[in-house]
Amino acid sequence: MKKNEMLPYGQQTKTGVSRRTFLKTVTGTIAGIGVSQMFNPALVSALEKALETHPVLWVQGQSCSGCSVSLLNNVDPSIADILLKVISLQYHPTVMAAEGETALENLYRVAEKYKGKFSLVVEGAIPMAANGKYCNFGELNNKEITMVDVVKDLGVKAGSVLAVGTCAAYGGIPAAAGSETGATGVMNFFQTYGIKTPVVNIPGCPSHPDWIVGSIVHLLTKGLPELDSDGRPTIFFGNNIHDNCPNLKDYDAGVMAGKLSDAKGCRMDLGCKGPDTYADCYKRKWNSGLNWCVDNSVCIGCVEPGFPDASSPFYEPA
Amino acid sequence: MAGCKPQIVPVAAGKKIKVSIDPITRIEGHLKAEVEVKDGVVVDARIHGGMYRGFEQILIGRDPRDATQITQRICGVCPTAHATASALALDDAFKVKLTPNGRIARNLILGANFLQSHILHFYHLAALDYVNGPGVAPFVPRYAKNDVRVSKDINDVAVGQYLEALEIRKILHEMVALLGGKMPHVQGIVVGGTTEIPTREALNAYAERFKKVKKFIMEKYVPIVYLLAGPYGDLLKTGGGYQNCVAWGVFPMDDAGNTLHKRGVFTEGKDYPVDTDLIKEYVKYSYFEDSTTGLNPAQGRTIPNPYKKAAYSFIKAPRYNEKPHQAGPLARMWVTNPELSKTGQEKLGIKRMRDMGDAAFSILGRHVARAEETAMVANAVEQWLSEAKPGKETFIPAEIPDSSEGLGLTEAPRGCLLHYVNIKDKKIANYQITSATIWNANPMDDMGQRGPMEQALIGVPVPDTANPVNVGRLIRSFDP
Repeated sequence: MKKNEMLPYGQQTKTGVSRRTFLKTVTGTIAGIGVSQMFNPALVSALEKALETHPVLWVQGQSCSGCSVSLLNNVDPSIADILLKVISLQYHPTVMAAEGETALENLYRVAEKYKGKFSLVVEGAIPMAANGKYCNFGELNNKEITMVDVVKDLGVKAGSVLAVGTCAAYGGIPAAAGSETGATGVMNFFQTYGIKTPVVNIPGCPSHPDWIVGSIVHLLTKGLPELDSDGRPTIFFGNNIHDNCPNLKDYDAGVMAGKLSDAKGCRMDLGCKGPDTYADCYKRKWNSGLNWCVDNSVCIGCVEPGFPDASSPFYEPA
Repeated sequence: MAGCKPQIVPVAAGKKIKVSIDPITRIEGHLKAEVEVKDGVVVDARIHGGMYRGFEQILIGRDPRDATQITQRICGVCPTAHATASALALDDAFKVKLTPNGRIARNLILGANFLQSHILHFYHLAALDYVNGPGVAPFVPRYAKNDVRVSKDINDVAVGQYLEALEIRKILHEMVALLGGKMPHVQGIVVGGTTEIPTREALNAYAERFKKVKKFIMEKYVPIVYLLAGPYGDLLKTGGGYQNCVAWGVFPMDDAGNTLHKRGVFTEGKDYPVDTDLIKEYVKYSYFEDSTTGLNPAQGRTIPNPYKKAAYSFIKAPRYNEKPHQAGPLARMWVTNPELSKTGQEKLGIKRMRDMGDAAFSILGRHVARAEETAMVANAVEQWLSEAKPGKETFIPAEIPDSSEGLGLTEAPRGCLLHYVNIKDKKIANYQITSATIWNANPMDDMGQRGPMEQALIGVPVPDTANPVNVGRLIRSFDP
């Protein structure tokens, strides 16, 4: 067996990018998303320092893990580089090696050690009904703790919280009409318990990997990004989808798609919620920029606080 | 035992020790395992499903077409499967028949995600049970004695493949997105077919990416699973549980509905055709009202009661003909019994899946079945690519019926999936979902039979209760 054929990663560390070129790539990405215009030595040094001093703890409540899976689709830097070089990810239920008490002890140990410094990422809604029983989180000192307990305990200790995905930001589908779990998002939860830690909402069902990585890197290097009235970074959620849609000229000319598989025309008659939705999908697109909901079907307004009730029925005009 | 922590002292023969693992990580969702260990093996087991969202309640009163979007959000790893099951249930209720191109486009969307999910499962969820990741978070901490038995060379190869697999699964999601809009959570699968008519360019882009994926599956993923059978050969002899299988079949290969994976049930040594009337969901040990126990999904009701004393799980206990059955790649491959890959035939010295015999029903057997299925689906993707017609219609519009019902049977990567919809006044009156993990990770039923994952834990060796590595290995072999 030729060893180097089987070891693409080993090869990369030998002949591949150095940390400095790599960080240049990261900052290049940030430039692409409008945070910084060019390679900036201060930014690199901030990221290097953050790896040592600013761990990220990622917890999941009523989630489908879709935002975590979406994060894996990040293009540049690759998820492998993010895990090994950008973020010190000390807790992530889907990725980490540890399980059971080993995992929970580490979660609480890191939170204590980096009190006021670490970032807490919340994925999924927090069910507040029935004493939090709708989402068990794990067992610590032979006692079951719930998602409610964890967000309360760690929320107070965190330096900042990223609510990733619409469930964590606003409650999302678990909070839709018909639910009886009392599902809610982080900001609302913090308000209930008087927790003052700053929260950045990065909604989307799922959230886009660039939105997640871009917000984390901004936080690690420059602090909190500018937020809109729904707590979302304006760099990603500042513009209306319809106003910037490539099909806008069709709309203006009255060319409307008549059925879902029509390639041409504005999709508003089919139920597209672009006019009520603020996100940069129209230029960023998804999965390495290959496609997006409006080109394929319709926008269902998944980044908005009212999702899904405010934007459904999805296939009827608003 | 020199150098061990004080709590790892040898346990007196015959004494039972309770071990609790909560959370079980590297899965989708929230599970807790509680096992009793006696003389170094598991003698009793309980699997707790720890999270409830209420999809079946949330769907009531909505526009039926929205179900394909909402139910996808059950699982971020297998949204395409829920979209497919939901669309099939709606196709049935709306009385709409797909175009050939619509059927093939759905296969290409679902198929790419099947491959994605299996690769993600083996490398990113399960592999850390068998090899050591890099010595940084999140790969540490891990069990102090994690029973990793591979040589450093093989460990390095596996870690290299772990990282390469991250890229491969991303490419597979690009393939899903080319026809499905975006991934996770595709827009493209709807009642009546798919929303995007494939262009020549899109099919070429899909095919070009697929070449790289297939090479990885055949040259890396399948071989490394067989490589593990060397140092971990004992794991082919434990973790079988009930040798009962449910498989609804998936990937229609023609317009008559013949599927790549056969639809069938295997109960106590015999094959049977599927009769969905024989499915009942029990809730004696689940956090749901006792009045709802023993119902077929078509009559199913979901009324949670998180305070119920006897209960220990938010998962209902479905039974087929009153018996617990496993679902997943092993169940499908057992029911279909296809020829194995060339690598598999060489390594095992056998021709077909069932030639594995009892060894198939084991911790490693499930990984073998999953890897072999990945190869089988990859071959089918090539056929669909050759059959897809650029520019040909994939979507048939259909009116919402005033009242109707529909059943969607398909397979998620982790096992069989059933969606049932009942429509009244053009709205959803009832919606029931029986998903793969519900079949595998369920609690005891009203008759006192353990769930399949619980039963499979019985007899699994746990020589060191401070490092109960095999419990996680068994649970993850089901890909919950």
